Amino acid sequence: MSFFLFQLINSLTFAALLFLVASGFTLIFGLMRIVNLAHGALYLLGGYIAYAAIHLTGNFFLGIVCAVAILAIFGIFEQYLLKFARGVDLRQVLITLGLAVMINDLCLVIFGGETLSIPVPELFKNSLEVFDFTYPKYRLFVLFVGASVFVFLTLLMDKTKLGALIRAGVDDRETIEALGVDISRIFLITFMIGMALVAIAGALGGAFLSLYPTADSEILVFSLAIVIIGGRGSLLGAAVGSIVVSMLSTFGQVWFPELSYFVIFGPMALLLAFRPNGLFGRPI
Amino acid sequence: MTLKNHYLLISFGILALIGGFAPLFAESYFISLCTLVLIYAIFAMSIDILAGYAGRTSLCHGAIFGSAAYMAMYYVTIFGGSPAWAFVFGILMAIAISLIFGVLAVRASGVYFLLLTLALGMIVWGICQRWTSVTGGENGLRGNIRPEWLADPNHFYYFVLCIFILAAFMMWRFVSSPFGLGLKGIRESESRMRSLGYNTTLHLIMAFVVSGIGAGLAGILYAFFNSFISPSSVSLTQSVKGLLMVIVGGVGTLFGSFVGAGVLIALENLVSSFTQRWSFVMGLTFVVTMILLPSGIVGRLLATKPS
Repeated sequence: MSFFLFQLINSLTFAALLFLVASGFTLIFGLMRIVNLAHGALYLLGGYIAYAAIHLTGNFFLGIVCAVAILAIFGIFEQYLLKFARGVDLRQVLITLGLAVMINDLCLVIFGGETLSIPVPELFKNSLEVFDFTYPKYRLFVLFVGASVFVFLTLLMDKTKLGALIRAGVDDRETIEALGVDISRIFLITFMIGMALVAIAGALGGAFLSLYPTADSEILVFSLAIVIIGGRGSLLGAAVGSIVVSMLSTFGQVWFPELSYFVIFGPMALLLAFRPNGLFGRPI
Repeated sequence: MTLKNHYLLISFGILALIGGFAPLFAESYFISLCTLVLIYAIFAMSIDILAGYAGRTSLCHGAIFGSAAYMAMYYVTIFGGSPAWAFVFGILMAIAISLIFGVLAVRASGVYFLLLTLALGMIVWGICQRWTSVTGGENGLRGNIRPEWLADPNHFYYFVLCIFILAAFMMWRFVSSPFGLGLKGIRESESRMRSLGYNTTLHLIMAFVVSGIGAGLAGILYAFFNSFISPSSVSLTQSVKGLLMVIVGGVGTLFGSFVGAGVLIALENLVSSFTQRWSFVMGLTFVVTMILLPSGIVGRLLATKPS
Protein backbone atom coordinates (compact mmCIF):
# COMPACT_ATOMS: atom_id res chain seq x y z
CA MET A 1 0.00 0.00 0.00
CA SER A 2 2.74 2.43 0.85
CA PHE A 3 4.30 1.57 -2.51
CA PHE A 4 1.10 2.63 -4.22
CA LEU A 5 0.93 5.82 -2.17
CA PHE A 6 4.55 6.56 -2.99
CA GLN A 7 3.89 6.17 -6.73
CA LEU A 8 0.77 8.28 -6.41
CA ILE A 9 2.65 11.19 -4.85
CA ASN A 10 5.43 10.69 -7.38
CA SER A 11 2.97 11.07 -10.21
CA LEU A 12 1.45 14.16 -8.60
CA THR A 13 4.84 15.86 -8.28
CA PHE A 14 5.60 14.96 -11.88
CA ALA A 15 2.20 16.37 -12.85
CA ALA A 16 3.14 19.64 -11.13
CA LEU A 17 6.26 19.88 -13.24
CA LEU A 18 4.38 19.02 -16.42
CA PHE A 19 1.79 21.65 -15.59
CA LEU A 20 4.50 24.31 -15.45
CA VAL A 21 5.49 23.45 -19.01
CA ALA A 22 2.04 22.78 -20.41
CA SER A 23 0.25 25.81 -18.97
CA GLY A 24 2.36 28.24 -20.97
CA PHE A 25 2.18 25.95 -23.97
CA THR A 26 -1.60 25.79 -23.90
CA LEU A 27 -2.03 29.54 -23.33
CA ILE A 28 0.15 30.32 -26.34
CA PHE A 29 -1.71 27.74 -28.40
CA GLY A 30 -5.06 29.08 -27.31
CA LEU A 31 -4.28 32.71 -27.91
CA MET A 32 -2.05 32.66 -30.97
CA ARG A 33 -3.42 29.49 -32.61
CA ILE A 34 0.11 28.24 -32.93
CA VAL A 35 2.02 25.72 -30.91
CA ASN A 36 5.45 26.70 -29.81
CA LEU A 37 7.35 23.57 -30.78
CA ALA A 38 10.48 25.09 -29.26
CA HIS A 39 8.91 24.64 -25.83
CA GLY A 40 10.68 21.35 -25.13
CA ALA A 41 14.02 22.72 -26.25
CA LEU A 42 13.47 25.81 -24.12
CA TYR A 43 12.75 23.62 -21.10
CA LEU A 44 16.14 22.03 -21.64
CA LEU A 45 17.82 25.38 -22.24
CA GLY A 46 16.23 26.82 -19.09
CA GLY A 47 17.48 23.85 -17.10
CA TYR A 48 21.00 24.22 -18.48
CA ILE A 49 21.09 27.97 -17.80
CA ALA A 50 19.93 27.34 -14.24
CA TYR A 51 22.58 24.64 -13.90
CA ALA A 52 25.32 26.99 -15.06
CA ALA A 53 24.09 29.86 -12.90
CA ILE A 54 23.82 27.64 -9.82
CA HIS A 55 27.37 26.46 -10.39
CA LEU A 56 28.59 30.03 -10.62
CA THR A 57 26.64 31.56 -7.75
CA GLY A 58 25.90 28.55 -5.57
CA ASN A 59 22.36 29.75 -5.05
CA PHE A 60 19.47 27.64 -6.34
CA PHE A 61 16.94 30.47 -6.48
CA LEU A 62 19.34 32.83 -8.22
CA GLY A 63 19.72 30.11 -10.85
CA ILE A 64 15.98 30.04 -11.44
CA VAL A 65 15.86 33.84 -11.71
CA CYS A 66 18.66 33.78 -14.28
CA ALA A 67 16.90 31.13 -16.38
CA VAL A 68 13.62 33.05 -16.23
CA ALA A 69 15.27 36.32 -17.27
CA ILE A 70 17.18 34.86 -20.21
CA LEU A 71 14.25 32.86 -21.54
CA ALA A 72 11.91 35.84 -21.24
CA ILE A 73 14.31 37.81 -23.41
CA PHE A 74 14.41 34.90 -25.83
CA GLY A 75 10.61 35.02 -25.88
CA ILE A 76 10.74 38.60 -27.17
CA PHE A 77 13.15 37.53 -29.89
CA GLU A 78 11.03 34.56 -30.94
CA GLN A 79 7.91 36.68 -30.99
CA TYR A 80 9.73 39.11 -33.27
CA LEU A 81 10.70 36.29 -35.66
CA LEU A 82 7.14 35.00 -35.75
CA LYS A 83 5.91 38.39 -36.95
CA PHE A 84 7.52 37.67 -40.33
CA ALA A 85 4.98 34.94 -40.96
CA ARG A 86 2.05 36.74 -39.42
CA GLY A 87 -1.32 35.27 -40.25
CA VAL A 88 -0.02 31.96 -41.59
CA ASP A 89 -0.22 29.62 -38.61
CA LEU A 90 1.56 26.71 -40.20
CA ARG A 91 4.55 28.79 -41.23
CA GLN A 92 4.83 30.16 -37.71
CA VAL A 93 4.75 26.67 -36.22
CA LEU A 94 7.45 25.56 -38.62
CA ILE A 95 9.60 28.52 -37.58
CA THR A 96 9.33 27.40 -33.96
CA LEU A 97 10.27 23.91 -35.09
CA GLY A 98 13.40 25.25 -36.76
CA LEU A 99 14.24 27.17 -33.59
CA ALA A 100 13.77 23.98 -31.56
CA VAL A 101 16.31 22.15 -33.70
CA MET A 102 18.76 25.05 -33.38
CA ILE A 103 18.41 25.39 -29.60
CA ASN A 104 18.78 21.68 -29.10
CA ASP A 105 22.01 21.60 -31.08
CA LEU A 106 23.31 24.68 -29.30
CA CYS A 107 22.69 22.99 -25.93
CA LEU A 108 24.61 19.97 -27.15
CA VAL A 109 27.58 22.15 -28.13
CA ILE A 110 27.70 24.10 -24.89
CA PHE A 111 26.76 21.49 -22.33
CA GLY A 112 27.74 18.27 -24.05
CA GLY A 113 25.87 15.00 -24.21
CA GLU A 114 26.41 13.99 -20.58
CA THR A 115 23.54 13.76 -18.13
CA LEU A 116 23.69 16.74 -15.79
CA SER A 117 21.87 17.07 -12.52
CA ILE A 118 21.13 20.32 -10.72
CA PRO A 119 22.01 19.97 -7.01
CA VAL A 120 18.98 20.12 -4.72
CA PRO A 121 19.12 23.16 -2.38
CA GLU A 122 20.20 22.54 1.23
CA LEU A 123 16.76 23.47 2.50
CA PHE A 124 15.04 20.53 0.78
CA LYS A 125 17.83 17.97 0.94
CA ASN A 126 16.33 15.54 3.42
CA SER A 127 13.05 13.67 3.51
CA LEU A 128 9.81 14.34 5.21
CA GLU A 129 8.63 11.61 7.57
CA VAL A 130 4.99 11.09 8.47
CA PHE A 131 4.42 7.95 10.55
CA ASP A 132 6.41 5.30 8.68
CA PHE A 133 6.14 7.05 5.33
CA THR A 134 9.13 9.02 4.09
CA TYR A 135 9.19 11.25 1.06
CA PRO A 136 11.86 13.59 -0.35
CA LYS A 137 11.08 17.19 0.59
CA TYR A 138 12.28 18.53 -2.73
CA ARG A 139 9.58 16.79 -4.73
CA LEU A 140 6.95 18.13 -2.35
CA PHE A 141 8.41 21.58 -3.00
CA VAL A 142 7.91 21.04 -6.75
CA LEU A 143 4.34 19.99 -6.06
CA PHE A 144 3.86 23.16 -4.03
CA VAL A 145 5.27 25.34 -6.81
CA GLY A 146 3.04 23.66 -9.39
CA ALA A 147 -0.05 24.14 -7.27
CA SER A 148 0.71 27.78 -6.51
CA VAL A 149 1.38 28.53 -10.18
CA PHE A 150 -2.00 27.00 -10.98
CA VAL A 151 -3.70 29.22 -8.38
CA PHE A 152 -1.76 32.27 -9.51
CA LEU A 153 -2.58 31.74 -13.19
CA THR A 154 -6.23 31.05 -12.48
CA LEU A 155 -6.47 34.28 -10.49
CA LEU A 156 -4.59 36.13 -13.22
CA MET A 157 -6.95 34.85 -15.89
CA ASP A 158 -10.17 35.30 -13.91
CA LYS A 159 -9.62 38.46 -11.89
CA THR A 160 -7.36 40.80 -13.83
CA LYS A 161 -7.84 42.91 -16.93
CA LEU A 162 -4.91 41.19 -18.63
CA GLY A 163 -6.57 37.84 -17.95
CA ALA A 164 -9.82 39.06 -19.41
CA LEU A 165 -8.00 40.22 -22.53
CA ILE A 166 -6.23 36.89 -22.91
CA ARG A 167 -9.49 34.99 -22.47
CA ALA A 168 -11.17 37.23 -24.99
CA GLY A 169 -8.26 36.64 -27.36
CA VAL A 170 -8.63 32.88 -27.00
CA ASP A 171 -12.33 33.09 -27.80
CA ASP A 172 -12.33 35.58 -30.63
CA ARG A 173 -9.12 37.24 -31.68
CA GLU A 174 -10.56 39.30 -34.52
CA THR A 175 -13.23 40.96 -32.43
CA ILE A 176 -10.98 42.21 -29.67
CA GLU A 177 -8.55 43.46 -32.30
CA ALA A 178 -11.43 45.36 -33.86
CA LEU A 179 -12.24 46.79 -30.42
CA GLY A 180 -8.91 48.56 -30.46
CA VAL A 181 -6.83 46.26 -28.26
CA ASP A 182 -3.19 45.98 -29.28
CA ILE A 183 -3.21 42.22 -29.68
CA SER A 184 0.49 41.88 -30.40
CA ARG A 185 1.24 43.26 -26.92
CA ILE A 186 -1.01 40.60 -25.39
CA PHE A 187 0.75 37.99 -27.53
CA LEU A 188 4.10 39.18 -26.27
CA ILE A 189 3.06 39.13 -22.61
CA THR A 190 1.54 35.66 -22.89
CA PHE A 191 4.63 34.44 -24.66
CA MET A 192 6.87 35.79 -21.92
CA ILE A 193 4.71 34.24 -19.21
CA GLY A 194 5.02 30.93 -21.01
CA MET A 195 8.79 31.31 -21.32
CA ALA A 196 9.14 32.19 -17.63
CA LEU A 197 7.12 29.13 -16.64
CA VAL A 198 9.10 26.82 -18.86
CA ALA A 199 12.34 28.22 -17.43
CA ILE A 200 11.15 27.49 -13.89
CA ALA A 201 10.15 24.01 -15.01
CA GLY A 202 13.56 23.42 -16.55
CA ALA A 203 15.34 24.47 -13.38
CA LEU A 204 13.09 22.44 -11.09
CA GLY A 205 13.03 19.44 -13.42
CA GLY A 206 16.80 19.55 -13.79
CA ALA A 207 17.11 18.60 -10.16
CA PHE A 208 14.87 15.55 -10.12
CA LEU A 209 14.70 14.33 -13.71
CA SER A 210 18.21 15.53 -14.65
CA LEU A 211 19.12 17.13 -17.99
CA TYR A 212 20.20 15.22 -21.09
CA PRO A 213 20.04 15.90 -24.84
CA THR A 214 16.80 14.01 -25.56
CA ALA A 215 14.91 15.40 -22.55
CA ASP A 216 13.49 18.12 -24.77
CA SER A 217 11.55 15.78 -27.03
CA GLU A 218 10.22 13.85 -24.07
CA ILE A 219 8.91 16.99 -22.41
CA LEU A 220 7.52 18.25 -25.72
CA VAL A 221 5.62 15.02 -26.29
CA PHE A 222 4.21 15.12 -22.78
CA SER A 223 3.05 18.69 -23.29
CA LEU A 224 1.52 17.81 -26.64
CA ALA A 225 -0.38 14.95 -25.05
CA ILE A 226 -1.54 17.24 -22.24
CA VAL A 227 -2.79 19.91 -24.62
CA ILE A 228 -4.49 17.34 -26.84
CA ILE A 229 -6.19 15.81 -23.78
CA GLY A 230 -6.98 19.05 -21.96
CA GLY A 231 -7.94 21.18 -24.91
CA ARG A 232 -6.51 24.33 -26.42
CA GLY A 233 -6.12 27.36 -24.20
CA SER A 234 -7.66 25.90 -21.05
CA LEU A 235 -5.73 26.11 -17.77
CA LEU A 236 -8.01 23.63 -16.05
CA GLY A 237 -7.55 21.35 -19.05
CA ALA A 238 -3.78 21.66 -18.71
CA ALA A 239 -3.99 20.78 -15.01
CA VAL A 240 -6.25 17.77 -15.53
CA GLY A 241 -4.22 16.72 -18.56
CA SER A 242 -0.98 16.92 -16.57
CA ILE A 243 -2.38 14.68 -13.85
CA VAL A 244 -3.76 12.16 -16.35
CA VAL A 245 -0.55 12.04 -18.37
CA SER A 246 1.77 11.78 -15.37
CA MET A 247 -0.35 9.06 -13.74
CA LEU A 248 -0.39 7.07 -16.97
CA SER A 249 3.33 7.49 -17.40
CA THR A 250 4.25 6.75 -13.76
CA PHE A 251 2.08 3.68 -13.40
CA GLY A 252 2.86 2.65 -16.95
CA GLN A 253 6.53 2.67 -16.04
CA VAL A 254 5.84 0.45 -13.04
CA TRP A 255 3.63 -2.03 -14.85
CA PHE A 256 4.96 -2.06 -18.44
CA PRO A 257 8.45 -0.60 -18.23
CA GLU A 258 9.34 -1.16 -21.89
CA LEU A 259 6.18 0.32 -23.31
CA SER A 260 5.60 3.13 -20.82
CA TYR A 261 5.84 5.67 -23.60
CA PHE A 262 3.03 3.96 -25.41
CA VAL A 263 0.65 3.88 -22.46
CA ILE A 264 0.07 7.65 -22.57
CA PHE A 265 -1.12 7.61 -26.12
CA GLY A 266 -3.74 4.88 -26.06
CA PRO A 267 -6.14 6.99 -23.97
CA MET A 268 -5.16 10.08 -25.94
CA ALA A 269 -6.14 8.43 -29.21
CA LEU A 270 -9.41 7.21 -27.71
CA LEU A 271 -10.23 10.65 -26.40
CA LEU A 272 -9.54 12.20 -29.78
CA ALA A 273 -11.92 9.82 -31.44
CA PHE A 274 -14.77 11.07 -29.24
CA ARG A 275 -13.78 14.62 -28.30
CA PRO A 276 -11.50 16.03 -31.01
CA ASN A 277 -11.12 19.32 -29.12
CA GLY A 278 -9.99 17.74 -25.87
CA LEU A 279 -11.78 17.68 -22.53
CA PHE A 280 -12.08 21.43 -21.97
CA GLY A 281 -11.22 22.88 -25.37
CA ARG A 282 -13.36 24.79 -27.79
CA PRO A 283 -13.15 24.39 -31.55
CA ILE A 284 -10.93 26.82 -33.42
CA MET B 1 4.04 29.81 -68.20
CA THR B 2 4.93 27.73 -71.26
CA LEU B 3 8.42 29.18 -71.13
CA LYS B 4 8.68 28.02 -67.53
CA ASN B 5 7.54 24.59 -68.63
CA HIS B 6 10.32 24.53 -71.21
CA TYR B 7 12.85 25.34 -68.52
CA LEU B 8 11.46 22.50 -66.46
CA LEU B 9 11.70 20.08 -69.37
CA ILE B 10 15.27 21.10 -70.15
CA SER B 11 16.32 20.75 -66.53
CA PHE B 12 14.58 17.38 -66.44
CA GLY B 13 16.61 16.32 -69.48
CA ILE B 14 19.91 17.48 -68.03
CA LEU B 15 19.17 15.78 -64.73
CA ALA B 16 18.23 12.56 -66.53
CA LEU B 17 21.50 12.66 -68.46
CA ILE B 18 23.54 13.25 -65.31
CA GLY B 19 21.52 10.64 -63.43
CA GLY B 20 21.83 8.01 -66.14
CA PHE B 21 25.53 8.33 -66.82
CA ALA B 22 26.86 9.45 -63.45
CA PRO B 23 28.58 6.13 -62.62
CA LEU B 24 30.59 6.30 -65.86
CA PHE B 25 32.55 9.38 -64.90
CA ALA B 26 32.03 10.15 -61.21
CA GLU B 27 33.87 8.97 -58.14
CA SER B 28 32.28 6.48 -55.82
CA TYR B 29 31.73 9.14 -53.16
CA PHE B 30 29.65 11.17 -55.59
CA ILE B 31 27.67 8.07 -56.54
CA SER B 32 26.80 7.36 -52.93
CA LEU B 33 25.65 10.97 -52.54
CA CYS B 34 23.48 10.64 -55.64
CA THR B 35 21.99 7.44 -54.25
CA LEU B 36 21.18 9.22 -51.02
CA VAL B 37 19.59 12.13 -52.90
CA LEU B 38 17.34 9.73 -54.81
CA ILE B 39 16.32 7.93 -51.61
CA TYR B 40 15.51 11.18 -49.85
CA ALA B 41 13.72 12.46 -52.94
CA ILE B 42 11.31 9.51 -52.70
CA PHE B 43 10.88 10.29 -49.01
CA ALA B 44 10.25 13.99 -49.62
CA MET B 45 7.82 13.33 -52.48
CA SER B 46 5.82 11.07 -50.22
CA ILE B 47 5.55 13.88 -47.68
CA ASP B 48 4.59 16.28 -50.46
CA ILE B 49 1.61 14.12 -51.43
CA LEU B 50 0.08 14.99 -48.08
CA ALA B 51 1.53 18.46 -47.54
CA GLY B 52 1.10 19.78 -51.04
CA TYR B 53 -1.99 18.04 -52.36
CA ALA B 54 -4.04 17.21 -49.28
CA GLY B 55 -2.99 20.28 -47.29
CA ARG B 56 -1.90 18.15 -44.34
CA THR B 57 1.64 18.83 -43.14
CA SER B 58 2.89 15.70 -41.49
CA LEU B 59 5.65 15.29 -38.95
CA CYS B 60 5.43 11.52 -38.60
CA HIS B 61 6.90 10.41 -41.90
CA GLY B 62 10.30 9.96 -40.32
CA ALA B 63 8.66 7.36 -38.10
CA ILE B 64 7.14 5.50 -41.06
CA PHE B 65 10.45 5.72 -42.92
CA GLY B 66 12.31 4.43 -39.88
CA SER B 67 9.98 1.64 -38.93
CA ALA B 68 10.05 0.22 -42.45
CA ALA B 69 13.84 0.41 -42.32
CA TYR B 70 13.88 -1.30 -38.91
CA MET B 71 11.57 -4.01 -40.20
CA ALA B 72 13.76 -4.74 -43.22
CA MET B 73 16.89 -4.69 -41.10
CA TYR B 74 15.41 -6.90 -38.39
CA TYR B 75 14.02 -9.37 -40.89
CA VAL B 76 17.38 -9.95 -42.58
CA THR B 77 19.91 -9.60 -39.76
CA ILE B 78 18.10 -11.19 -36.82
CA PHE B 79 15.35 -13.29 -38.37
CA GLY B 80 17.65 -14.39 -41.18
CA GLY B 81 15.24 -13.89 -44.08
CA SER B 82 15.99 -12.93 -47.66
CA PRO B 83 16.34 -9.29 -48.75
CA ALA B 84 13.50 -9.61 -51.26
CA TRP B 85 11.05 -10.56 -48.55
CA ALA B 86 12.50 -7.84 -46.33
CA PHE B 87 11.28 -5.43 -48.99
CA VAL B 88 7.79 -6.85 -48.83
CA PHE B 89 7.65 -6.86 -45.04
CA GLY B 90 9.05 -3.35 -44.85
CA ILE B 91 6.29 -2.10 -47.13
CA LEU B 92 3.68 -3.99 -45.11
CA MET B 93 5.04 -2.38 -41.97
CA ALA B 94 4.76 1.06 -43.56
CA ILE B 95 1.18 0.32 -44.65
CA ALA B 96 0.22 -0.88 -41.17
CA ILE B 97 1.71 2.12 -39.40
CA SER B 98 0.37 4.67 -41.83
CA LEU B 99 -3.08 3.08 -41.67
CA ILE B 100 -3.15 3.44 -37.86
CA PHE B 101 -1.72 6.96 -37.98
CA GLY B 102 -4.02 7.93 -40.82
CA VAL B 103 -7.16 6.78 -39.03
CA LEU B 104 -6.14 8.73 -35.94
CA ALA B 105 -4.86 11.87 -37.58
CA VAL B 106 -6.91 12.74 -40.65
CA ARG B 107 -9.83 14.05 -38.62
CA ALA B 108 -7.63 16.98 -37.72
CA SER B 109 -6.24 19.61 -40.05
CA GLY B 110 -3.78 22.47 -39.94
CA VAL B 111 -1.82 22.88 -36.73
CA TYR B 112 -3.76 20.10 -34.99
CA PHE B 113 -2.74 17.63 -37.69
CA LEU B 114 0.87 18.69 -37.27
CA LEU B 115 0.63 18.16 -33.51
CA LEU B 116 -1.01 14.79 -33.74
CA THR B 117 1.40 13.42 -36.29
CA LEU B 118 4.30 14.81 -34.26
CA ALA B 119 3.05 13.00 -31.15
CA LEU B 120 2.40 9.78 -33.09
CA GLY B 121 5.84 9.87 -34.64
CA MET B 122 7.38 10.41 -31.22
CA ILE B 123 5.74 7.22 -29.93
CA VAL B 124 7.50 5.21 -32.60
CA TRP B 125 10.76 6.91 -31.70
CA GLY B 126 10.16 6.16 -28.00
CA ILE B 127 9.52 2.51 -28.78
CA CYS B 128 12.64 2.20 -30.94
CA GLN B 129 14.65 3.81 -28.17
CA ARG B 130 13.37 1.62 -25.34
CA TRP B 131 12.32 -1.72 -26.79
CA THR B 132 15.92 -2.82 -26.66
CA SER B 133 15.30 -6.52 -27.12
CA VAL B 134 13.99 -5.94 -30.65
CA THR B 135 15.41 -2.64 -31.85
CA GLY B 136 18.77 -2.74 -30.11
CA GLY B 137 18.03 0.54 -28.33
CA GLU B 138 20.58 3.29 -28.80
CA ASN B 139 22.97 0.89 -30.54
CA GLY B 140 20.49 0.24 -33.30
CA LEU B 141 20.71 -2.61 -35.79
CA ARG B 142 23.69 -3.18 -38.00
CA GLY B 143 24.36 -5.47 -40.90
CA ASN B 144 24.77 -5.56 -44.64
CA ILE B 145 21.40 -6.61 -45.98
CA ARG B 146 22.03 -5.95 -49.66
CA PRO B 147 21.80 -9.05 -51.85
CA GLU B 148 24.87 -10.16 -53.85
CA TRP B 149 23.84 -8.57 -57.12
CA LEU B 150 23.49 -5.13 -55.49
CA ALA B 151 26.75 -5.25 -53.58
CA ASP B 152 28.49 -3.04 -56.13
CA PRO B 153 27.66 0.65 -55.39
CA ASN B 154 27.07 1.38 -59.08
CA HIS B 155 24.59 -1.46 -59.41
CA PHE B 156 22.85 -0.29 -56.28
CA TYR B 157 22.74 3.23 -57.68
CA TYR B 158 21.01 2.06 -60.86
CA PHE B 159 18.64 -0.03 -58.78
CA VAL B 160 17.66 3.00 -56.69
CA LEU B 161 17.40 5.13 -59.84
CA CYS B 162 14.94 2.66 -61.38
CA ILE B 163 12.85 2.57 -58.23
CA PHE B 164 12.98 6.34 -58.01
CA ILE B 165 11.74 6.79 -61.58
CA LEU B 166 9.01 4.24 -61.01
CA ALA B 167 7.95 5.78 -57.69
CA ALA B 168 8.07 9.33 -59.05
CA PHE B 169 5.98 8.36 -62.05
CA MET B 170 3.43 6.60 -59.89
CA MET B 171 3.20 9.47 -57.42
CA TRP B 172 2.81 11.93 -60.28
CA ARG B 173 0.04 9.79 -61.78
CA PHE B 174 -1.52 9.56 -58.33
CA VAL B 175 -1.70 13.29 -57.72
CA SER B 176 -2.92 14.10 -61.23
CA SER B 177 -5.59 11.38 -61.21
CA PRO B 178 -9.21 12.18 -60.32
CA PHE B 179 -8.38 10.86 -56.87
CA GLY B 180 -5.57 13.41 -56.56
CA LEU B 181 -7.86 16.17 -57.76
CA GLY B 182 -10.26 15.10 -55.04
CA LEU B 183 -7.43 15.57 -52.56
CA LYS B 184 -6.84 19.08 -53.83
CA GLY B 185 -10.52 19.73 -53.40
CA ILE B 186 -10.27 18.60 -49.78
CA ARG B 187 -7.30 20.90 -49.30
CA GLU B 188 -9.32 23.85 -50.55
CA SER B 189 -12.52 23.10 -48.70
CA GLU B 190 -13.20 19.87 -46.89
CA SER B 191 -16.78 20.73 -46.01
CA ARG B 192 -17.65 21.49 -49.62
CA MET B 193 -16.16 18.20 -50.82
CA ARG B 194 -18.14 16.38 -48.16
CA SER B 195 -21.37 18.02 -49.24
CA LEU B 196 -20.57 17.00 -52.82
CA GLY B 197 -20.77 13.43 -51.65
CA TYR B 198 -17.08 12.62 -51.20
CA ASN B 199 -16.12 10.46 -48.25
CA THR B 200 -13.33 12.84 -47.29
CA THR B 201 -12.11 10.82 -44.30
CA LEU B 202 -11.63 7.71 -46.40
CA HIS B 203 -10.06 9.79 -49.16
CA LEU B 204 -7.52 11.23 -46.74
CA ILE B 205 -6.77 7.89 -45.11
CA MET B 206 -6.05 6.39 -48.53
CA ALA B 207 -3.81 9.32 -49.41
CA PHE B 208 -2.05 8.87 -46.08
CA VAL B 209 -1.40 5.20 -46.79
CA VAL B 210 -0.11 5.90 -50.29
CA SER B 211 2.21 8.52 -48.90
CA GLY B 212 3.22 6.09 -46.14
CA ILE B 213 4.15 3.48 -48.75
CA GLY B 214 6.44 6.03 -50.37
CA ALA B 215 8.09 6.85 -47.07
CA GLY B 216 8.44 3.14 -46.27
CA LEU B 217 10.01 2.47 -49.65
CA ALA B 218 12.57 5.19 -49.01
CA GLY B 219 13.20 3.74 -45.55
CA ILE B 220 13.89 0.26 -46.89
CA LEU B 221 16.24 1.62 -49.54
CA TYR B 222 17.96 3.60 -46.79
CA ALA B 223 18.45 0.45 -44.74
CA PHE B 224 19.93 -1.24 -47.82
CA PHE B 225 22.14 1.76 -48.46
CA ASN B 226 23.36 2.50 -44.97
CA SER B 227 23.57 -1.01 -43.45
CA PHE B 228 22.81 0.60 -40.12
CA ILE B 229 19.70 1.95 -38.48
CA SER B 230 19.32 3.62 -35.10
CA PRO B 231 16.62 5.60 -33.29
CA SER B 232 18.00 8.82 -34.75
CA SER B 233 16.78 7.68 -38.20
CA VAL B 234 13.27 7.48 -36.75
CA SER B 235 13.41 10.69 -34.78
CA LEU B 236 11.67 13.97 -35.31
CA THR B 237 14.82 15.28 -36.99
CA GLN B 238 14.23 12.82 -39.81
CA SER B 239 10.68 14.07 -40.35
CA VAL B 240 11.91 17.65 -40.12
CA LYS B 241 14.58 16.95 -42.70
CA GLY B 242 12.05 15.45 -45.10
CA LEU B 243 9.64 18.31 -44.59
CA LEU B 244 12.41 20.84 -45.06
CA MET B 245 13.29 19.24 -48.40
CA VAL B 246 9.67 19.60 -49.48
CA ILE B 247 9.54 23.22 -48.37
CA VAL B 248 12.89 24.24 -49.84
CA GLY B 249 11.89 22.68 -53.16
CA GLY B 250 8.36 23.98 -53.10
CA VAL B 251 5.25 22.51 -51.50
CA GLY B 252 2.81 21.02 -53.98
CA THR B 253 5.36 20.44 -56.74
CA LEU B 254 6.60 16.86 -56.70
CA PHE B 255 9.64 17.89 -58.73
CA GLY B 256 10.43 20.44 -56.02
CA SER B 257 10.86 17.66 -53.47
CA PHE B 258 13.59 16.19 -55.65
CA VAL B 259 15.29 19.58 -55.95
CA GLY B 260 14.95 20.08 -52.20
CA ALA B 261 16.48 16.68 -51.50
CA GLY B 262 19.42 17.53 -53.75
CA VAL B 263 19.96 20.94 -52.18
CA LEU B 264 19.70 19.66 -48.62
CA ILE B 265 21.96 16.63 -49.10
CA ALA B 266 24.52 18.82 -50.85
CA LEU B 267 24.30 21.37 -48.06
CA GLU B 268 24.61 18.68 -45.41
CA ASN B 269 27.78 17.36 -46.99
CA LEU B 270 29.23 20.79 -47.47
CA VAL B 271 28.51 21.80 -43.88
CA SER B 272 29.63 18.49 -42.41
CA SER B 273 32.98 18.78 -44.10
CA PHE B 274 34.01 21.66 -41.85
CA THR B 275 31.73 21.57 -38.83
CA GLN B 276 29.76 19.07 -36.82
CA ARG B 277 26.87 21.46 -36.39
CA TRP B 278 24.74 20.24 -39.28
CA SER B 279 21.55 20.10 -37.26
CA PHE B 280 22.01 23.72 -36.18
CA VAL B 281 22.43 24.73 -39.81
CA MET B 282 19.37 22.68 -40.71
CA GLY B 283 17.27 24.50 -38.11
CA LEU B 284 18.60 27.82 -39.36
CA THR B 285 17.81 26.88 -42.97
CA PHE B 286 14.30 26.01 -41.85
CA VAL B 287 13.73 29.36 -40.14
CA VAL B 288 15.28 31.36 -42.98
CA THR B 289 13.31 29.47 -45.65
CA MET B 290 10.05 29.97 -43.79
CA ILE B 291 10.74 33.69 -43.54
CA LEU B 292 12.28 34.47 -46.93
CA LEU B 293 11.22 31.77 -49.37
CA PRO B 294 8.05 30.08 -48.12
CA SER B 295 7.02 28.92 -51.59
CA GLY B 296 10.33 27.15 -52.22
CA ILE B 297 12.72 27.16 -55.18
CA VAL B 298 10.55 25.44 -57.75
CA GLY B 299 7.44 27.11 -56.38
CA ARG B 300 9.09 30.49 -56.90
CA LEU B 301 10.20 29.60 -60.43
CA LEU B 302 6.74 28.42 -61.38
CA ALA B 303 4.95 31.45 -59.97
CA THR B 304 3.51 33.58 -62.77
CA LYS B 305 4.53 36.82 -61.09
CA PRO B 306 7.29 36.99 -58.51
CA SER B 307 5.93 38.19 -55.20
